[in-house]
Amino acid sequence: MLPLDITHGTIVSALGRGAAATLASLRDRRTGLAPCDFAGVTAGYVGQVAGLDEHALPLPLAAFDCRNHRLADLALRADGFAEAVAEARERLGPARIAVVVGTSTSGILACEQAFQHRDPATGALPASFDYVHTHDIFALARFVRTALGLRGPAMTVSVACASSARAFMDAAHLIASGACDAAVVGGADSLCGMTLRGFAALELISPGPSRPCDAARDGISIGEASGFMLLERASRGHAGITLLGAGATSDGYHISAPRPDGAGAIGAMRGALAAAALPADAIDYVNLHGTGTRANDAAEDHAVTEVFGPGVPCSSTKGWSGHTMGSCGVLEAMIATLCLTHGFIPGCLGVTELDSSFRSGVTTANEDRPLRHVMSNAFGFGGVNCSLVFGHRA
Amino acid sequence: MSRAYIAGIGLQGPGLAGWTDSLGVLRGERPRDALATAIPMPALLAPNERRRAGLVTRLALAVAEEALHHAALPLDSVRSVFGSANGDGQVVLKLLETLAEPDRPLSPTQFHNSVHNAVAGYWSIAAGSAQPVTCLGGYDATFGIALLKAVSEAIAERMPVLLCLYDAPLPPPLPDLPARDVIFAAAFILLPERPDACLGALDVTYAAEAATFADAAPRDPSLAALAMNNPAAMSLRLLESLAMEQTDRFALPMLDGRVTVEVSPCR
Repeated sequence: MLPLDITHGTIVSALGRGAAATLASLRDRRTGLAPCDFAGVTAGYVGQVAGLDEHALPLPLAAFDCRNHRLADLALRADGFAEAVAEARERLGPARIAVVVGTSTSGILACEQAFQHRDPATGALPASFDYVHTHDIFALARFVRTALGLRGPAMTVSVACASSARAFMDAAHLIASGACDAAVVGGADSLCGMTLRGFAALELISPGPSRPCDAARDGISIGEASGFMLLERASRGHAGITLLGAGATSDGYHISAPRPDGAGAIGAMRGALAAAALPADAIDYVNLHGTGTRANDAAEDHAVTEVFGPGVPCSSTKGWSGHTMGSCGVLEAMIATLCLTHGFIPGCLGVTELDSSFRSGVTTANEDRPLRHVMSNAFGFGGVNCSLVFGHRA
Repeated sequence: MSRAYIAGIGLQGPGLAGWTDSLGVLRGERPRDALATAIPMPALLAPNERRRAGLVTRLALAVAEEALHHAALPLDSVRSVFGSANGDGQVVLKLLETLAEPDRPLSPTQFHNSVHNAVAGYWSIAAGSAQPVTCLGGYDATFGIALLKAVSEAIAERMPVLLCLYDAPLPPPLPDLPARDVIFAAAFILLPERPDACLGALDVTYAAEAATFADAAPRDPSLAALAMNNPAAMSLRLLESLAMEQTDRFALPMLDGRVTVEVSPCR
């Protein structure tokens, strides 16, 4: 794969607004999870972003108003991201920058609210409900493209919890074929009744804060996040982090359960290594998908051990953020760049006792050490597996 | 400019039951029958998956399988790009109705079938495929966006790519946007190198110049009416040109830009 430079990035999650706040939460081992009180759900914990109810979109974007786009708007405004894209827009031209963003549920919360205000006689939704700019799956790509003043190709990628990870690979294809020179990649997923009550129906919500890799782990905590990166063809002057490889597979096994043998995850990780032309021992840290369910973490441990053996440090950061659905790919990609830039590994949060059946190198304490390359995993319903490799270009 | 070659086609629409049976209509040799879209039951799925599979899943799997058979490629040998504006509206509606009542539990099966990539997941299970899938939404521009992406992927990965498009109208009270009345699915096998059995070559480019529906409308008014009412049926102009083995150039609108497609016969 052609390496792609990350020339700018931004992130908002329960860890905080922007990269500095995110880094501080990781360093201080301060979780963003708190008891859930959202959309009538009071079970479990959530990684909620503060201030969304108060945040107003700029007037020209008012038609897009919904929780998901407020969250995306906060991300575009954090870390000087919109300004960096404006600079790239001048340099490359607005037509040469694509928007490739991932979401699982888009602005469905707006639709849920509309369903609570149906006309009692006709069943019609309120006339004020704007499906196209909120719930429709393309709404996020439209919003980001409009907000950033871009005129390149735009698409929403929706492959469940792997959405914003897979967006990196889709953007890489567009850049490789010459359809664009750069891409704004990333995504947004926000709290909604669908996700909270859907995972409750699957009996996958932990009553307490999620603790991936713990012997007594008992499910996920739902979170919300939005983040974006500007990806450009690798150039000489770039001193920052580069996307070196991406790999993806399908399980072809079950819609919502992972393959117990981890074959799909193994294929995605090996595919990403091959695309980066790196051996397994060049990876110094693996940021796991690590959702905190019994089956997911066990299958991923098996897969990571197959690829890396027991020696490579790995951890899940979902004990901080919760599982942010389709946005976990870009959230954890941003965490990977922070780990590389600042030379540290965030050990799993909230682990009392590590699952003794695990054989991979799961860490449970933060560690300072220089890192050459970091792999980030994201897996999703439908049996989608995606792995990304980040590092400094050789 | 990105070039790919078409090696197989699948199709299900009103009065358009498969590529071979539709050739007469697509070439303008006979009128389209006023029939509803046939929804085949895919033999590929195991009985328990078949029970769970909704209308759009059955439709998408049928055209994907047809296209791969047409291209004489094993089902598990291609990467996939799925494009759908609406996904499975029936499933989403049932969940939204349940969510409107505070204490009713959601159906776990409906919940996992509600993801936009459920159809692609059932495809990879049915095909026994470990090849990657991506699932795109682009509202009324879904065909142009997914075509640009699929051609790019074939070129970047040097692999055959299945492009599978499907859409059905959302059920009320959800808005009948952008698919209205028409149920439609089409699949194309795109190769980076010219195959022996080649149905046409495509050159696909993006430009920031606006286009309108008329710039990509099928020639036949009856087919144009389908394209106007279903994002997947925007592929009918391409299907016409491939059926007629004609050189063609048209522009698919994508927001304030366009995806330009140049078709040339392989003869």
